[in-house]
Amino acid sequence: MRKLRENPLLLSAVIAIVALVASFWLLNHPRSTLPFLLTLGALLAALLQPIPRWLKVLIGGAILLLVIPAAGFKNSFLFELGIQTGIYAAMALGLNVVVGLAGLLDLGYAAFFAVGAYTWAIFGSPQANEFMPWKIFPLPGEYFYLFMLVAVVVAAITGVVIGSPALRLKGDYLAIVTLGLGEVVRVLANNLDQPINITNGPQGITPIQRPPIDWFIALLDRFGLHLSRAEAYPLFFYLLVLVIIGIVTLVNVRLDRSRFGRAWIAIREDETAARAMGIPLFPTKLIAFATGASFSGAMGALFAAKQLYVSPESFTLIQSIMILVMVILGGMGSIPGAILGAATVTILNVDLLKSASDYLNDLRNAGFVLDLGFFKYNFANLPNQLEPAKYERMVFGLIMILMMIYRPEGIIPERRHVLEMKKEEA
Amino acid sequence: MKKALLALALAFGASALAQGNVIKIATVSPLSGEQAALGEMIKLGAQLAVEEAQPEFEKLGFKLELAPQDDQANPDVGVAVARRLVTDPEIVAIVGHLNTGVAIPSSEVYKDYQLAMVSPANTGPAVTDRCYLNVNRLVGRDDVQGPAGAEFAVKELGAKRIFIVHDKTTYGQGVAEQFKKKAEELGAQVVGFVGTEEKANFQALILQMKAKKPDFVYFGGIYHQAGVLLKQMRERGIKATFMGPDGLDSSKFVEIAGEAAKGAYYTTVAGPIEKYPKAKAMAEKFEKKFGKKPESFAIYAYDSANVVIKALKDFVAYAKRPPTRAELSMLIRQTTLEGVTGHVAFDYKGDRKKADYFVIHLKEAKYPGEVVKVISFPAPATKCEAIK
Amino acid sequence: MLEILIQLLPSVLLEGLILGFVYAMIALGYTMVYGVLELINFAHSEIFMAGAVAGAETFILLKGAIANPFLLLALAILIGGAVAAIVAILVERLAYRPLRKRGTTNRLVPLITAIGVSFFLQDLVRLIEGLWHNAFYRRYPSFAVFEATYNLPNWIGVLTIALTVWLGFWVLAYFGDWLIRLFAKKPRATGRTLSLVAAGLTLVFLFLYRHVVFADLGMTIQMKSILVIVVSLAMLYGLNWLVHKTKLGIAIRAVAQDAQTASLMGIDPDVIVSRTFLIGGFLGGVAGVLFGLLYTLVHPYVGFIPGIKAFTAAVLGGIGNITGAAVGGLVLGMLEMLGGTYLTFLTNGAMGTEYKDILAFMILIFILLFRPQGIIGQQLGEKV
Repeated sequence: MRKLRENPLLLSAVIAIVALVASFWLLNHPRSTLPFLLTLGALLAALLQPIPRWLKVLIGGAILLLVIPAAGFKNSFLFELGIQTGIYAAMALGLNVVVGLAGLLDLGYAAFFAVGAYTWAIFGSPQANEFMPWKIFPLPGEYFYLFMLVAVVVAAITGVVIGSPALRLKGDYLAIVTLGLGEVVRVLANNLDQPINITNGPQGITPIQRPPIDWFIALLDRFGLHLSRAEAYPLFFYLLVLVIIGIVTLVNVRLDRSRFGRAWIAIREDETAARAMGIPLFPTKLIAFATGASFSGAMGALFAAKQLYVSPESFTLIQSIMILVMVILGGMGSIPGAILGAATVTILNVDLLKSASDYLNDLRNAGFVLDLGFFKYNFANLPNQLEPAKYERMVFGLIMILMMIYRPEGIIPERRHVLEMKKEEA
Repeated sequence: MKKALLALALAFGASALAQGNVIKIATVSPLSGEQAALGEMIKLGAQLAVEEAQPEFEKLGFKLELAPQDDQANPDVGVAVARRLVTDPEIVAIVGHLNTGVAIPSSEVYKDYQLAMVSPANTGPAVTDRCYLNVNRLVGRDDVQGPAGAEFAVKELGAKRIFIVHDKTTYGQGVAEQFKKKAEELGAQVVGFVGTEEKANFQALILQMKAKKPDFVYFGGIYHQAGVLLKQMRERGIKATFMGPDGLDSSKFVEIAGEAAKGAYYTTVAGPIEKYPKAKAMAEKFEKKFGKKPESFAIYAYDSANVVIKALKDFVAYAKRPPTRAELSMLIRQTTLEGVTGHVAFDYKGDRKKADYFVIHLKEAKYPGEVVKVISFPAPATKCEAIK
Repeated sequence: MLEILIQLLPSVLLEGLILGFVYAMIALGYTMVYGVLELINFAHSEIFMAGAVAGAETFILLKGAIANPFLLLALAILIGGAVAAIVAILVERLAYRPLRKRGTTNRLVPLITAIGVSFFLQDLVRLIEGLWHNAFYRRYPSFAVFEATYNLPNWIGVLTIALTVWLGFWVLAYFGDWLIRLFAKKPRATGRTLSLVAAGLTLVFLFLYRHVVFADLGMTIQMKSILVIVVSLAMLYGLNWLVHKTKLGIAIRAVAQDAQTASLMGIDPDVIVSRTFLIGGFLGGVAGVLFGLLYTLVHPYVGFIPGIKAFTAAVLGGIGNITGAAVGGLVLGMLEMLGGTYLTFLTNGAMGTEYKDILAFMILIFILLFRPQGIIGQQLGEKV
């Protein structure tokens, strides 16, 4: 392992070969989990290991833009996975600003996601006719892009509204108050179907307009790809999410190195000292909160358009916790960490746990008998309750506990942490 | 460790490779959580039908399988499951869901892929009123069930002051509103109309009842809430007659409410087995196989699966290949079946042409209760604005 | 309208009181751990849940063997409490202690661990119950003795109404006095004057609404509610005695004040923290059993909402303070019941009972913003 790391040429070659093999495997078996994971692993290794930049771009581009879409045409679930990963990665980056950089534990982050989702869901469906005098709704799909911006603004405003009381509190109280306020947003979404029907209550809003993609289909046609609307949408959303992730990452990197980024980290490390250095605590925290919220709001609008359906159920505490787990797993304050965390948790939750459930189910239905000689077990007797997919809370909880005990800085620690550690060693 | 990893890899790889002539029918219903008792019946009913049909398909050279899925009675989970199901090419049809609020958003996803859905339990009118070609149901509708319940309550039980509670789901609120409309039309006074998601402490509602002094309480929702509410009502001395829709049609309702269930009424779209002479043989098989009696929607799930199977068999025997999803959807809409629940045929929007509605009285705190009224009613017509 | 509200008032407050005692019992666990470790033990709601589920299992298993319902309840309380206490100690040992030993300065680390533990425990109990029964909803059996209903004499209701109305008028009089002083030069009215004025107005009120107040108010209470009140009062007194009169209590208070100095005095902080978790866990478990007895159905996710409410109660009363937890629980229980029942009437059905949960959070935020030390409790400087 060490030999590999010391020899950049060998390392590059190994990664490139793995990427190639994984890609071919995935293209031949688009429905199996293992090649997909290997491809992602190669992608990750390419991005994180010290190899030449052109190779990084080449491998990254080839996997994200060629291999996964090509495999996706054979198994559109890969698109679904990619889109969800992207949405959560953007949110994890947003929460990373709040929790990772500014050190404010926000347990109601899904509330902003809800605000963004409802912003587009209400106006991009006939729902708005219920309380608006002009019967012009749903707005045509073109408005989606505008409403993504609107969602950013509305979510940021919600962030300020929620943050203004909450951020005056110290650490642990903040956590429980944001948890409460997150719950308040959900309860409001659930109950604002009367006296005026704004959110349609627990029944949710459906169907929601999607951005029109006739131009996209025409464009693909010119390249010789003839896709139906149902096939083209997943690809379109996948590419859209990639673009958004790019933008969000860029914004994050700039923020991290800006005056605000440094101020946030100062507050995280020592509030009293930061105040002594002349950093206005409350406004700086509020900006962090609103920034994080706006990321979430944009992704909410995208989620509504992709899902065609929103209901209060999508914005429960478990969602907020899931995003928090992503940030913790990757490393608080670390940008690649947040993305890695989001990918890991999403794939775990959306694919691996469910695949494992289906697999157990197949064994149960087939009456498979495991015979190890000394131990015999008939899978037909396996209780229904033993389905890994239903134990996401246990998985999340375990990740949180273990990370906090054994590796609180996360898988990819923030660079500043690493630098500090190195300084201490020297 | 390495060995374990290898085994795991083989397992995943093998499950991916095992393709070929497999045709899967999926059931989607809550298999965990409070409503699992109703959801489990849907799964088992369909399972029985699939297992009975397996030998025939084997003769035709195909392997027919059931893929039971859990939507946890949660619309969000339902949509996620639906998105997963549509990407699996082996799945040709869905038998489900239990909850109208889950079925509606999920079927939006199926519609995109023209994946056929046959519902053994959804009663919300909107399920079929959207006129989707791929959505069918075997049971009656809430815009008949609610009014039928109201008519029975007002005319035969003499309800005058009615307090209505619902569970704030598409299904519960919908049927409660239908009940309210009819009851008011018939001259009863609705003294309260409250929605709640509470599951443990209903005191706030019960105090409201105390103030409004109703002689009749209607609960639009599912048994796990209804049972607790009814128990607490009786504990606090509210003696009003209790009634609910088909969500109460489970032995669990009696189990949770205990003695309080005595005297309660419910309307249902899934009649007890005794009402269907043809279902007797199926019920015996069911009990022998699964060790419990078929309840509520089990026979409907059995028939739903059989409609799908019949359409499939006709197609496969003729074309020697599995149908595409669109082909199967169209075929199912045309298929008729002499099922255990009677003659099954769908109208232009996917409703069963004629469905049965039952009013059931729990004379003792014992499930199932006694059928006091049976109504056979054709599905109300809706204007399909534009068939999509 | 007003007639309905008045007539319901005693029953609403009584139900609120019962609910409040449940909250108070859970709040004790939060408050003790916070007092000693300054940690919001998120997992306490799951410790409560573990007690509730263990109690249900005890009831179901022993129902056939033991005929006496009171003996059965006592056993369920003991086993539920013991299971919860064991869970609490294990959580402290396995999750919190490693963090303390490592000496992290980051305050987020223990908090995130606590949340993780909470989620982990929910599904762990679900897994156990699921494998055991293939279902994870457990129903508490009913016993005629516990469900026996007693009518309360009317004078209690009249007294409750009179006191509440008097309190309302007192507040009104206070603000009235303040308004008058804005415009006219006049000394501030004494408390005695205000009380007398309020009392006078109350008498007038009672006279005007005599047809409602002195009619049958229909207050009833069940045996199991009486049991809840008795058990939680006993627990409160017991805990107060334990903390203030025993050696263990002195040690707990010493560690709460300054763990380092306490360890110099020959107190092992680890042992004390462990005992604190044991006591808090036991109380939470007992609360769980009583909760199940009251509201029938329990499941692995039953703890979340009562847990948050109980935490609110602890903060409301003044966190770290035992009497505060009790007062906070009772106040919150009554406010919640008032909100849940009256909101529908006041808004004519526009706002349903669902808003009662929001109410609790709003109270939490207001208290934290304007009186972070709670109703009872003194201002503490920030520990640096």
